[in-house]
Amino acid sequence: MSTTTTPNPSGAGAPGRSREKAPAGEKVADWADGRLGIYSLAKANMRKIFPDHWSFMLGEICLYSFLIIILTGVYLTLFFHPSMNEIEYHGSYVPLQGQLMSEAFASTMDISFDVRGGLLIRQIHHWAAIVFLAGMFVHMMRVFFTGAFRKPREINWLFGFLLFVLGMFTGFTGYSLPDDLLSGTGVRFTQGAILATPVVGTYISMFLFGGEFPGGDFVSRFYSIHILLLPGIMLGLVVGHLILVFYHKHTQFAGPGKTNKNVVGMPLLPVYMAKAGGFFFLVFGFIAMLAAVASINPIWVLGPYRPDQVSTGAQPDWYMGFAEGLIRAMPGWEINAWGHTLVLGVFIPLMLFGLFLGIIAMYPFIESWVTGDKREHHILDRPRNAPTRTAFGVAWVTAYMIMLIGGGNDIVATHFHLSINSVTWFVRVGFFVGPVIAFVVTKRICLGLQRRDKDKVLHGRESGIIKRLPHGEFVEVHEPLSQEALHTLTAHDQYQPAEIGPTVDENGVERKVKRPQKLRAKLSEAYFGEDNQIPKPTAEEYKEITSGHGHH
Amino acid sequence: MKKLSARRRHPLAAVVVLLLALAATGGLYTAFAPADKAQAETVAQSLAIDEGKKLYAVGCASCHGTGGEGSTDGPALAGVGAAAVDFQVGTGRMPAQQPGAQVPKKKVIYSQAQIDQLAAFVASLGAGPGVPAKEQYNPEGADIAEGGELFRTNCAQCHNFTGKGGALTNGKSAPTLEDVDPKHIYEAMQTGPQNMPSFPDTTLTEKNKKDIIAYLDVVNSDDSESPGGLELGGLGPVSEGLFGWIFGLGGLIAVAVWVAARTAKAKKS
Repeated sequence: MSTTTTPNPSGAGAPGRSREKAPAGEKVADWADGRLGIYSLAKANMRKIFPDHWSFMLGEICLYSFLIIILTGVYLTLFFHPSMNEIEYHGSYVPLQGQLMSEAFASTMDISFDVRGGLLIRQIHHWAAIVFLAGMFVHMMRVFFTGAFRKPREINWLFGFLLFVLGMFTGFTGYSLPDDLLSGTGVRFTQGAILATPVVGTYISMFLFGGEFPGGDFVSRFYSIHILLLPGIMLGLVVGHLILVFYHKHTQFAGPGKTNKNVVGMPLLPVYMAKAGGFFFLVFGFIAMLAAVASINPIWVLGPYRPDQVSTGAQPDWYMGFAEGLIRAMPGWEINAWGHTLVLGVFIPLMLFGLFLGIIAMYPFIESWVTGDKREHHILDRPRNAPTRTAFGVAWVTAYMIMLIGGGNDIVATHFHLSINSVTWFVRVGFFVGPVIAFVVTKRICLGLQRRDKDKVLHGRESGIIKRLPHGEFVEVHEPLSQEALHTLTAHDQYQPAEIGPTVDENGVERKVKRPQKLRAKLSEAYFGEDNQIPKPTAEEYKEITSGHGHH
Repeated sequence: MKKLSARRRHPLAAVVVLLLALAATGGLYTAFAPADKAQAETVAQSLAIDEGKKLYAVGCASCHGTGGEGSTDGPALAGVGAAAVDFQVGTGRMPAQQPGAQVPKKKVIYSQAQIDQLAAFVASLGAGPGVPAKEQYNPEGADIAEGGELFRTNCAQCHNFTGKGGALTNGKSAPTLEDVDPKHIYEAMQTGPQNMPSFPDTTLTEKNKKDIIAYLDVVNSDDSESPGGLELGGLGPVSEGLFGWIFGLGGLIAVAVWVAARTAKAKKS
């Protein structure tokens, strides 16, 4: 024990354990803790639990492909010239020798043919973008179908949705940068959509392109939007998204020992960190392999953009295919009045595009209004146990997929030997009829699965063993389920439909029922009414049947 | 002259005259021989036309009419020229199997000699573009870059950037140009078969056509290179998106399932 009262400048407090003898790692950690406060941070978060399920890794696929996009994107900016100055090409690709093209196109050609590793990096960048958007779509659907968007995660759902939409536009602006014939056609398409907006359309177009299309500015403008503005916002949203995941803790599927108040899984350190780190490299490796094997956006065969040229098969990347489909399917209506033209053939699809995406973004709020449920939910739903939600989601995806077919109607026509007109008509009808059919069929399937679950709980699993009873009857032996399985199958909540209650009170005075209330009651009936969910077996039912005799 | 005149009654005079006459005739024959050869070619030509007519009566007349006047099932053939026949029959499109939006390419059933005979017959119905000579469509020495630009300006609207084909209205389509014989590409541009517009020499000069053929030879034939790897049909973002979803995301999900399955679970007793 030291008795000195003066502060020891060397920092050695106890003689038995001086600082000099502490392990190097601890010293570094100590140094950092004094400045960053990492001990308390680590203490709080190192044992953070993450549940294990493959579908919880979809978001990770998105995060890692986003990181890959940023890393490869930085490399590409080193060689890309965002300029529309016209120059003559003299690189190594022979079939374009001496052609006039923008510097943007020429520098992308150089990246592809003359920069070491350039083509691979370009292809990794582009494939990662395709996978990123597809991953976000699937991740969003996972969250939707399991009801993970319910309180307290509505804001995070919106963050994710915004990331998807911003990802679409970041992808679109990036795809436009090389100024090739394909993307130039896409930019022209977008300009057409902007022009179709009443009143402000022409102004926006003139501001965006700095005059008439294509002008000499859009590549450099799209460049700063693509590498700075949108990714900056996205990065912020990603961080926010992750902070919220940390703050809310991860959801989990129902199971024994898993409650609304705990999370069962592996701690962040070391297990989850190792897994996630390893998974990052797997994703990077996989996408790099994809990029090494398959060509994407081969601008050298597309040629430089010229407004007087166009090719068939001019589609945007898949995530804009829905918008492309809407335009392709829409009849070319327009209204001419007072010297102005309202191009409904483009304007209606433009509105539908926003509306269609908006519906899915708003869904959590619609559902919580219908259920009136203000509780927190950390246990995920099995899709079958929320038949109306699941059916709605499948209907939405169906409409989306039908429009993707519409966006590729020419490719579908040539490869399935169909008439492009028939494909377009199929899409027009299918966009309205398909979701309805999908809704009804999905709901039926969900209810069927609920009935099956109920049967399994009450009567056990079919064992496949046939028994002959003494009097000659044949029965199949049913094995009772384990306690864990019973719990998993019956853990979900079931709502009762909201009722308006009597509209006339005991004195015969009519109560005013507002429209939204009536609508809510109707929707609630459609969600949780008699034929819209199968009541799960109660403990009494279970006891009655299992205690009974016979072969049940 | 006196000597000659004195011997005119010589017993051999007639023989000499006869020899001279024969020599003159022979000389004249030699002098006019080319004309006679031309005559022989015409004979061969008319023979080819005759043969072609017979083939035509069997294979074509039911739709195009016995004299090539056309019917509701097939267009009139006067003036389409030998090039059109060489293309349509040489790529197997004609004779057509069945009426439809468009007659597809199929197995060629006539020999080149028979196709030439048919072409000769159809050409005899009215003047039209002839079958191009090899030096007209041989891509060697043509300007590939220029051809690419011409292709994107004139052809890509229907045939796609590199001639992978594309859809037209009501089941019609622009076929893929992969490994099409340069002669047939030339003839197609010249004659505008089926739904294709024609590009006569006044629109696309002989050199332009050659450049386009040379470009296609580089970007769309069996030995064209794809520097980026698998070209996925060369159809652009539709096939790329499909590939990205199925193999890209599909593969990553498979990896995710694999990673999630390898968890440090407590040992089951």
